[in-house]
Amino acid sequence: MGENLLKKILKAHTKDEVKVGEIIWLDLDIITARDFGGPNVVKNFRKAYPDQKVVDNKRIFFTFDCNAPATTIKYAENQQTIKYAENQQLCRNFAKDQGIKVFDVNRGIGTHVMIEEGLALPGRTMVGTDSHFNILGSVGVFGIGMGDIDIAFAFRYGKIWLEVPESVKITIKGNLKYPATSKDLALYLLKEFSTAKLLGKSIEFFGPVIEKLKLYERITLASMATEMGAVISLIPPDNSVVSYLEERAKKELPTIMPDNDAQYEEEIEIDIGEIEPMIACPYKPDNVVSVKEVEGRPIDSVFIGSCTNGRVEDYKMVAEIVKGKKVASSVMAKVVPATKEVFNQLLKDGTIDILNDAGMIISNPGCGGCAEGQIGMTGTGEVQLSTSNRNFKGKQGKGETYLVSPVIAAISALKGEISLP
Amino acid sequence: MERETIIRGKAWVITDYKGNPIKDIDTDMIYHNKYLGITDINEMGKYAFGNLSNWEDFPLKAKEGDIIVTGEGFGQGSSRQQAVDCFISLGISAIVGESFAPIYLRNAINAGLLIIACPTITSNVITSDILEIDLENGIIKNLSSNKTLSFKKPHEIQMEIYRAGGLLRL
Repeated sequence: MGENLLKKILKAHTKDEVKVGEIIWLDLDIITARDFGGPNVVKNFRKAYPDQKVVDNKRIFFTFDCNAPATTIKYAENQQTIKYAENQQLCRNFAKDQGIKVFDVNRGIGTHVMIEEGLALPGRTMVGTDSHFNILGSVGVFGIGMGDIDIAFAFRYGKIWLEVPESVKITIKGNLKYPATSKDLALYLLKEFSTAKLLGKSIEFFGPVIEKLKLYERITLASMATEMGAVISLIPPDNSVVSYLEERAKKELPTIMPDNDAQYEEEIEIDIGEIEPMIACPYKPDNVVSVKEVEGRPIDSVFIGSCTNGRVEDYKMVAEIVKGKKVASSVMAKVVPATKEVFNQLLKDGTIDILNDAGMIISNPGCGGCAEGQIGMTGTGEVQLSTSNRNFKGKQGKGETYLVSPVIAAISALKGEISLP
Repeated sequence: MERETIIRGKAWVITDYKGNPIKDIDTDMIYHNKYLGITDINEMGKYAFGNLSNWEDFPLKAKEGDIIVTGEGFGQGSSRQQAVDCFISLGISAIVGESFAPIYLRNAINAGLLIIACPTITSNVITSDILEIDLENGIIKNLSSNKTLSFKKPHEIQMEIYRAGGLLRL
């Protein structure tokens, strides 16, 4: 029997036998920390390993994306001041001492920066303090998010312990056709699997629907593996993804693909037919229904961005819809591109003009809008459509968040209510 | 540091108002985003379950050595270590759940907090039961009902981390 992609990647990064359910020590190619989690990584590192150097400062990066630029908030209820600025400063100083590169505020969401910078390359092992670090499965990287203790240890030793997860092969058949997008596919799968079916497992995606997905669509799908409870979802990179990455890395990349007769602990085949646009209702990402079922519900705001839907193509779909039109006067429409590169591209090709003319707010790149403590939150009772990945209670303010594709967010922003194109 | 491998404590079963174990308790319910600026672990305990309906007063009720018993998918969501540290801060001795989100499970193990997946736990324990967890043998005894449950013993490296009091003390 042949080997699946997970097994191939893990085997290339450990001396231990790679067997499902057993522990291996996994060597890491790249280790990152963001401004959320990063400060505690630094504190843990300094406490546990005083005056010691990181394992290899060329393989370690800071990516500041959560509070960009830093906000200062004092919560009345507990008089707690959130020291975002000081926390970033702490990381910057540590980086300087250790010779670590910082992708500072305004460069964008860490995982996306890793892809754009040619650092996330197929077959690599990477970790970060972002729970959506498994987004890197979109380019065939074994990437996982972890807490600040794990990352502090990885900074020092360049490895993590890992219980080898079961691998599940998911083959998707059917036809993904506009106005349905890969976000709708991700939501459809969340509805199908909920949070328990794939808990703790590694997914490998195959099938005609997957093969056609472009990089930005793969990013969207891979980003929601976390909400499915999976460790990662790996999408075997196709030629177009590989040539994009080769251009970024400025080198030829070795091919790493699962064997044709690869062994999986479980195989699932799903025919999505021609799915309709989907929507996750408050307050769970798997609380998914067809948009039709909640059509007409008035909304107060839309947020178009995040690591799930903040790429150039996402905003082009939005621009197509809002060009020459205006966002409803009752709606606040917030746009936060994933990275500076995305922002620049949108600026250059006129997309930002279109969104701006339609009455949308364009913010600087980063994670802004996705979690309380950042800019752009909702108030009690307000209804928001968000292209992000989580709608937990209190996640994006006190209001009710629905998760949708950029298409549904754009058309709904114009109409002032949940709408289909 | 050598730690006990038999732990005894009073159970808190995290249920909704109907008495059913709550599924998929996420990290924002356990330790809300807005308190992430806190870096002193002693300060974290009072915000544990601060965003979980009916459980906001948990920090006032929980006593040192108590054991948390939870339903499926505990700890979904963000990678925040504080969602584990807040329980260490309260002196919680163990979390026993039907299943856990992968990042949460790692974070607890790495912090040296005993975390045990036991799919049958919530149907065999009610709040205030006294539990005895035998790590070496993979057994949980419910001393209040005389039931015995088994769980998959932690791997050796996980035991080493637990005994050391956390990954960074290895």
